Amino acid sequence: MKLNFFLLLFIFFSKFSFAVEKTVDPNLIHKNLRCLVCQGQSISDSNSDFAQTIKLVVKDLIDEGKTEDEIYEFMSDKYGDWIVFKPRFNTQNSLLWILPYIALIFGGFFIFSFLKKRQ
Amino acid sequence: MLSNLGNILLFLNVILSLSIIYAANRNLKISGGVDKNIFQLSLIQSTSIIICFFVLIAAFIVSDFSLITVYQNSHSLKPLFYKIAGTWGNHEGSLLLWAIILSIFSFLFLVYNKNHPKKFRLLTLIIQNILILGFLFFILFNSNPFSKISPIPSEGLGLNPILQDPALAIHPPLLYVGFVGASIYFSAAIASLITNYSEKSFSLSIKNWVLISWCFQTLGILVGSIWAYYELGWGGFWFWDPVENASLLPWFAMTALFHSLIVFEKRNLFYFWVIILCLITFTLSVTGTFLVRSGILNSVHTFASDPTRGIYILIFLSLMIFGSIFLLFQKYKKENYDLNRNSKETFILVNNWFMMFYLITVLLGTIYPIFTDALTDNKISVGPPFYNAIIFPVVVVFLLFMALGPRAKWIKNKFENIRIYILILTGAIGLNVAIIFFLKSYSLLSNFIIISALFLIISSLMDIAKALKKNKLDFARIISHTSFGFLVLFIGLNDIFSLEKDYNIKLGETKKFDNYSIQLQNLELKNYKNYQAVIGKLEIKNINSNHTNILNPEIRIYDKPKTLTYEAAIKTSLIKDYYLTMSNIDRSDYYNIKFQKKPLMAWIWISVIMIVVGGSIRLFSNAKNN
Amino acid sequence: MQKIIKITILFIFLFVIGIFYISLTRDTNYNTSSLTNKEAPEFKIISFDNSNFFTRDDIKKNNYTLINFWASWCAPCKIEHPILMKLSQTKNLVILGINFKDKEPQAKTFLSELGNPYDLLAKDKNGKQSVRFGVYGIPESILINKDLMIIQKFVGPLSFEDYNNIIKIIE
Repeated sequence: MKLNFFLLLFIFFSKFSFAVEKTVDPNLIHKNLRCLVCQGQSISDSNSDFAQTIKLVVKDLIDEGKTEDEIYEFMSDKYGDWIVFKPRFNTQNSLLWILPYIALIFGGFFIFSFLKKRQ
Repeated sequence: MLSNLGNILLFLNVILSLSIIYAANRNLKISGGVDKNIFQLSLIQSTSIIICFFVLIAAFIVSDFSLITVYQNSHSLKPLFYKIAGTWGNHEGSLLLWAIILSIFSFLFLVYNKNHPKKFRLLTLIIQNILILGFLFFILFNSNPFSKISPIPSEGLGLNPILQDPALAIHPPLLYVGFVGASIYFSAAIASLITNYSEKSFSLSIKNWVLISWCFQTLGILVGSIWAYYELGWGGFWFWDPVENASLLPWFAMTALFHSLIVFEKRNLFYFWVIILCLITFTLSVTGTFLVRSGILNSVHTFASDPTRGIYILIFLSLMIFGSIFLLFQKYKKENYDLNRNSKETFILVNNWFMMFYLITVLLGTIYPIFTDALTDNKISVGPPFYNAIIFPVVVVFLLFMALGPRAKWIKNKFENIRIYILILTGAIGLNVAIIFFLKSYSLLSNFIIISALFLIISSLMDIAKALKKNKLDFARIISHTSFGFLVLFIGLNDIFSLEKDYNIKLGETKKFDNYSIQLQNLELKNYKNYQAVIGKLEIKNINSNHTNILNPEIRIYDKPKTLTYEAAIKTSLIKDYYLTMSNIDRSDYYNIKFQKKPLMAWIWISVIMIVVGGSIRLFSNAKNN
Repeated sequence: MQKIIKITILFIFLFVIGIFYISLTRDTNYNTSSLTNKEAPEFKIISFDNSNFFTRDDIKKNNYTLINFWASWCAPCKIEHPILMKLSQTKNLVILGINFKDKEPQAKTFLSELGNPYDLLAKDKNGKQSVRFGVYGIPESILINKDLMIIQKFVGPLSFEDYNNIIKIIE
């Protein structure tokens, strides 16, 4: 039980620490966008025509004051969810995000059931 | 000619497998030891499949383009080394290598397990030969490396130049020994279930095989990462790409397996869990193969894909899965455990718990896009941000357990002195603060990861000191665990202190950033035997120390097949790597350069090697004790 | 209880393998042509001769507009050009050509040699406008109706089939 509590704490802190970083790093965004015309490469790793253009647009969007998430939103609106490497948390993707943690908690209970009931 | 010889040998192997199954089956019914004939058949089987592979190598060496596989993957002007390496660099040839590993492991398992019940050994042999047959049929009827082409082409298509690399020549064999080697404990687990061989001694029959496959799998993953680092030119070494994940999944299962095997051997607990892990490991290997070779996933590393291949592997996979499940359901008996909360057993279970979490996360991330596509027609990408967000917070806790676990005693443990842990933790936090103070601050999660990695390292080092006093040193475990701590530490520091700059630059231009300046001084066109190269000369200058480095990235134009590749220029030192790639921009005279400073890269590789060293030490000490 | 668990496990594996099987026959190449039935994005794009700007107002005026991204350096654009020429003769359709990352003289030669099918001609020198429309490679054409809805996307060169399709929609 203690463990799960710590886990929640960590998730909380990891979220928190992301919130602290205010400046938007274009390199990070490039890394998290897929180059649609390449083989599994990110925008950052590619120098294709498409990647060059996307880099320009990302720069513009940052200058307009868009946040990281808004930029991903913009891109997946134009090109579909395929372009973002971080799947959005929505009903369709909820299992993807939740299942690992459910498995973790379930595993914890499982081990707990193996332990002596009294010390 | 070579084609006929190869086909004959393949058929011979089918016959050999069938006769082994037949002979073993007959031998089961009579008393006495394992029949000598079976050993001989098994030896002939291994020998003939190796000869078969040499025939294919010969075809590659003499560039026999009457074979489709040679025609598609080789070229007469290719250096000899890559002609040979090309043998297993393609789908068909690699399957032949699989068959070799399956056969050799089958033979060696039979030879080295003389102390185990005859029934168990024979059944393992039978199951393993059924697997071998499955692969032989796949090779013969779907992916035959000896298929002919007519008319015979005068020249081959050549091997993709980014695959012409020494690291990539040894990467597949290492990896295959790893996850194909897992087949032997898959077979042993099935045999153990059927023959009700569930004594502790069962663990002795498989534990060295688990270790061998684990060591090779780890090395294979390492070599693959090194290749990706200097060949793909992106400066990363792990991309959470489906193909990479496919090699990582069995690794998690193997790691969990050899930890729980320790408990099974010492305390005769978790029999069914050990069996399940044995089954999962090879099942995941085959699943990974299915995902990679059927082409249902989009990946950086492409194999020419073909749906009929997918169907075949899928049928094979289904038989394996449902066969194992059926057998498990029949034999499963509920086991009740009464473990002490604080005992080595519990800590090893915790290891398995986390391994399963990583496994599920990576498996889910890899196959989830297939599900969304098939069910909702929506293609999504699951990439590094997903894995980082899910896995890294959990790694922190995992590392702490990894430090505590090995210190615990069997059955009932008492943490002698809580003060010592507080001391270690204080040390770790202190070091972390020192890094922040002298170098750079970083996010909270990174702080936690660095601290927990340091915690593991310090406590492992203290274990050495303690064990030295008692003269009871478990080198294998300490080296592996400490190195794992270092691995996480170096990856963390590498990530935090990496510097990356991306510019479009013209000849003669200089760009400045932080305390560096970078200048494109020269471009030179050179002709080589099988490619042309545009070689850039770039000067990186550290303005503070006035230290300069010249880096020469290349753009290569290969002829056969026609491809453009970008060769990174890497200056490696113990502290950091400078990494530079250059690429042309279509329809302009600018070049795109990407400069990266990657601290501690060499140490990441060294850490992984040390982890394997730990595993090998355990393997050798096991061999000595037996 | 045990039975339920067993059945669940079996069901999960059957489900996974079933999905794997279905996926074998599916096309894994990504394509944006399914991203339709959305409103066209707002845009302001400069005309080829720098004389004025085109915006969504220029689309609202027409029953149907086909936005075509092309360049003189793009080989498949030459292949689809005859189809664009044929489409330019239909009544209900205005073709807005957007010259993509091209050099002006070459683009002019291209049109003078192969004919100019475009009712409106604009240019996108650095490619930024193409991102607004979700274009990732050229040629690509987007069919938009009066209400500014994207009806269909044609990724890659237009074929005769596409031609018949467009004619059917606009009539």
